[in-house]
Formats: sequence, structure tokens, C-alpha cells
Amino acid sequence: MSKIFETPLYPYARSSDQDASVPVRHPVVVVGAGPIGLGAAIDLALHDIPVVVLDDNDKVSWGSRAVCYAKRPLEILDRLGCGEPMVNKGVEWKLGKVFFDERKVYDFNLLPEGGHRRPAFINLQQYHFEKAMVDRVRELQAQGKPIGLRGGNKAIAVEQRGDHVRIGVETPEGPYAIEADWLIACDGANSPIRAMLGLDFVGRVFEDNFLIADVVMEAKFPTERWFWFDPPFNRGQSALLHKQPDNVWRIDFQIGWDIDRQEELKPENIDRRLRAMLGQDIKYELEWRPIYTFQCRRMEKFHEGRVIFAGDAAHQVSPFGARGANSGLQDTDNLAWKLKLIIDGKAPAALLDSYDVERIHGADENILNSSRSTDFITPKSEASRLFRDAVLDLAEHFPATRPMVNSGRLSVPCTYDGSPLNGPDNAKMPKRTRAQASPMVDAPTANGFLLDRLPGRFHLLTINAEAPASLDVDGVTATRLALGPADDPDGFLKERYLGEAKSAVYLVRPDQHVAARWESHDDAAVRAALNTAVGRLA
Amino acid sequence: MSTLNTGANIAGPDDFYAELLAAHDGLSKAESDAFNARLILLLANHIGDRQVLAQALQAARRRK
Repeated sequence: MSKIFETPLYPYARSSDQDASVPVRHPVVVVGAGPIGLGAAIDLALHDIPVVVLDDNDKVSWGSRAVCYAKRPLEILDRLGCGEPMVNKGVEWKLGKVFFDERKVYDFNLLPEGGHRRPAFINLQQYHFEKAMVDRVRELQAQGKPIGLRGGNKAIAVEQRGDHVRIGVETPEGPYAIEADWLIACDGANSPIRAMLGLDFVGRVFEDNFLIADVVMEAKFPTERWFWFDPPFNRGQSALLHKQPDNVWRIDFQIGWDIDRQEELKPENIDRRLRAMLGQDIKYELEWRPIYTFQCRRMEKFHEGRVIFAGDAAHQVSPFGARGANSGLQDTDNLAWKLKLIIDGKAPAALLDSYDVERIHGADENILNSSRSTDFITPKSEASRLFRDAVLDLAEHFPATRPMVNSGRLSVPCTYDGSPLNGPDNAKMPKRTRAQASPMVDAPTANGFLLDRLPGRFHLLTINAEAPASLDVDGVTATRLALGPADDPDGFLKERYLGEAKSAVYLVRPDQHVAARWESHDDAAVRAALNTAVGRLA
Repeated sequence: MSTLNTGANIAGPDDFYAELLAAHDGLSKAESDAFNARLILLLANHIGDRQVLAQALQAARRRK
């Protein structure tokens, strides 16, 4: 049986661009058809911006790779129209257990509150994830949306030319060139585009190796994330067990820095590890077994001229915390609406600077969290191991140190405190939805979940407040979503949006972050905030 | 602002000192180190106040 990641999904096909006498210009070209590149392309196509995706491959990713997808990216994928098949296929989970030696010392629940459409996390193989996105691309193409996906098209040259970029592309039938007003590089941690432009990518290297053994097996472990510090079957190291769909289990062994890779990758050696961990009589099939190392690093700027970087191409973190693919999807969520306004001439090109400000803020937060997790999981000094073990020892008996147990601080969306796009806040309202570009928190309403009712453009969310049905400021429109007491029988809106206030007016960005909020509608104030939110100078 | 109490604050200082040492009786160096780490974490949690903890870290760093 051929697996999904062995089947060409977007095989090379000749494009008319290859026969053009002069390079054809496209508004946007995306390099890389991974989750981030496809996310960017789908988002832009939904905004009716013509976009072409180039990828040197023609299949979804080999092996499971990224398997944990968090609530916020799932909400973004809902907006893109491909969240549902992923959640249906994925394994939902929210509980985690932490073991130290042979004892369970700690457990956690990532979503201890109700009123959300989406779960805290799903586990899904990256190949299923990409397949759902490719299906969505095909669906949009069938609807006539301007989105192209070119497999077997490898970007081999890039040249900044002032108001556009020229891209050299290699194909099985020879090279050709195309041009783009904007190029979005989603070509991964080793980004060839970044290298071609000679841009830096500096940070911290962690001297450790991890062996992933993704196995297919019938097993009765619960759908939880299990993490071991210093277990008997992997002394002095860590291990992780996590369930994926189709009875695939992600098993991740820390194996140290000085190893013989070829030796570690031999099936008999992996078999010995698996049996020590799961029992001598297990039956399994090994699906994927990479050894990986990692770095925490980011680019100094996320765009340079007409080239914009997103996902791992712009920033790289350790896998602890599932902050890779999840943050990349938040990059494109942040980028697409800004690029749309710039291309339409409704916002200054400087709006793109706020992409850097906000997503560098996000990347730094992810790098900080992921570095700290790594330091806890793989202590590199005697003192750090001493305190790590003390935290774990105490956690078994006392709540005191449980918050310090760090087996990965799992991805949550960031609030862009201090972003230049932020407008007025209101102190009576809850801190978690403050007008520092906080992500909107989902809540059930009379006509469906709140986030589903705020799709992809500016909204004026009113709760027990009056406002015009829509409001236009020089071509940028905010559409009202009016909610009242009938929408809040369980008090979620009060808890998440009103706080001490009796009424509220929220200016919500297209990426569902809070631009500004007031107790009642003030036309001049809302217009000023809308101008600020699209980067227009006051 | 909360301030780290660096004045003498323990009633029966000799008794406490003896208890502290007694707690280490019979422990290997590694066990003693682990004990100290647990003790620091428990006391730090009891204090809780980050400003006080920061001052304690600073004060402990002073060697002469």
C-alpha cells in the first residue's frame, strides 16, 4: 500500500509562464508548499490576491514531522476553510502526564475552561495536515480563486529589483524566470531564499540529539502527552509518548550529543529502546525514524525589500512546546491581511513593518519559552540538573514546584503588547482581551461560535452597545457584529469581553486580534483606531 | 516595595543551625546538594515575592 507521503499530489506540469518571451509578473509568489506556504497562499487567494506557490517537491512531507496543532492555529485554519477535516482526522487531547524516574509527579490540563469551538490541541501527522491544505487549494481553484501550485519548480535564484523580485526557477523541462511584486519565503529552517539573499540567521545551538521513532501499533495508552525525565528505559535522558491518528505513536528519545548516528538508526537498536520502554512483547511497525538536533534562532528582520519570510525560514525553535508550525501559521495570519491592504493601495507599505514588530515579538516569546523548556529537559550543568531534579522530586508531593515543571510550554497565541497598530484600551474590561492586539478568545453565541462570525476582515463587535452596521475609512471597512444578552446565557462574553463594563465595542482586526475597545461607540475614536490599525499615520 | 529581611530574624539561632546541620547528617555530597536544592525551592516558594527573591539572589552572590 502506498502511503500518502509517497504519492505525488501536485506533480510537475508545464506552465504557460515557461513559454513567455518575458518573465511573467505575479502579485505574490510563495516559495515552499509546506503548512506555512500553503497557509499564506490560501489566505491570499481568499482575499482574491493572485498567488503562485513553487515547490521543488510534488508530495506532502515525508514522515509525520510536526504533529501537534494548537487551538489558535486551528481557529486560523477554520477561517481558511480547512480546519474541519483536520480536527475530524486528528486526535484531540488536553491532558499531559509527567514522570520522573518511575513515578508520576505531575499532570496538567491545557484547556480547563469551556466555551471554545476547538480543543486545546490535536495531533495530526504533517502529511495529513498538508493533504487537507492541498485539498483546500484544489477546492478554491475549482471555485475560480487565483491560486496556483507548481510542483517540481525549484527556486534557484532571487533578485531584488526595487518594486519587484525576479525568481529563477528550475524544472524537469529546464529553467525559466518569473517576477513577483512580493515573494513570501516559506522554505523552511534551511531557507535557500534566505541564503541566496545572504541574510543572517543566528541563535543558539543545543548540543543534543533526539531520536524519533514513529511506530504503528495497537496500544492502550490513553490519548495524553506522556513525558519522562530520567526514566529507567532511557537513563539520564528524557522521552515522550504521544498518539497520532491511524494508531501511529510518536516516541521521542533524547540520546545525547556524542552518538554514532548510523548505529542509533539501526532497526535493531531502535527495537531495543522500544521494547525497554513499552514491553518486550509489543508488536509494531516502524514508520519514520529521524534523528534531529535543533537550534533556537531567528532572522534580524522578517522582510527585506520585496521578500518576506514566514515560518521556520524566519525563526526556528526546539520542538518542545509545538511552537514551530503553530507559530508559522500565526505569521501568515498576521501577514495576509496586511499585504492585501498594501497591494490594494489602502495602507502604506510601512504596514509591513508591523509584521516584523508583531511576529518578531511572537518569535522571541517562542524562542524564550522553547529555550527554557530545553534547559529544563536537557540540563547542561550540574547545578541545573540539581534544581531540575529537586523541582521534579518536590512536585510529586507539593503543588509548590509544579508550575516550574517544564516539559514544553505549549503554544499559545501571543498578545502584541506595544504594537504600533494598537488603539485605546479600557481598563474595566478583562486583561486577556486587552487592546494590545490580544487574540480574540472564542465564545459560544446564539448563532454559532464567536470566531466563526469574525472572518478575515475588520469587525466592530458590539456587546449591549449601539453602532452603525458598517463604517468605512478611506476604503477600509469595519462590519458590525451585534451581540446582546441572548448571546451570553452562560456568561462567557461577560467573563471574556465585558468584565466590569456593562457594554463593549471591540475593533477586531482581520486576524482576530483586538485593535481597540471602548464601552460605547464613538465614531471619531473608532475611525482613528481603524486608521492606526492599518498603519496610516495620524 | 518589599525588602529582604537581612537582619537577625530567627529565634533560637543556635538551635536552628544545629537542626540544619542535623538534616544533612549521614547524607552523601550528592544527597546533601539535592536536599539543599529542595530546601531552597520550598523556601523561595514560601517567600513568593519576586522582588524579595531577587534581592536574596543578589545578597547571596556577594562573597566578601
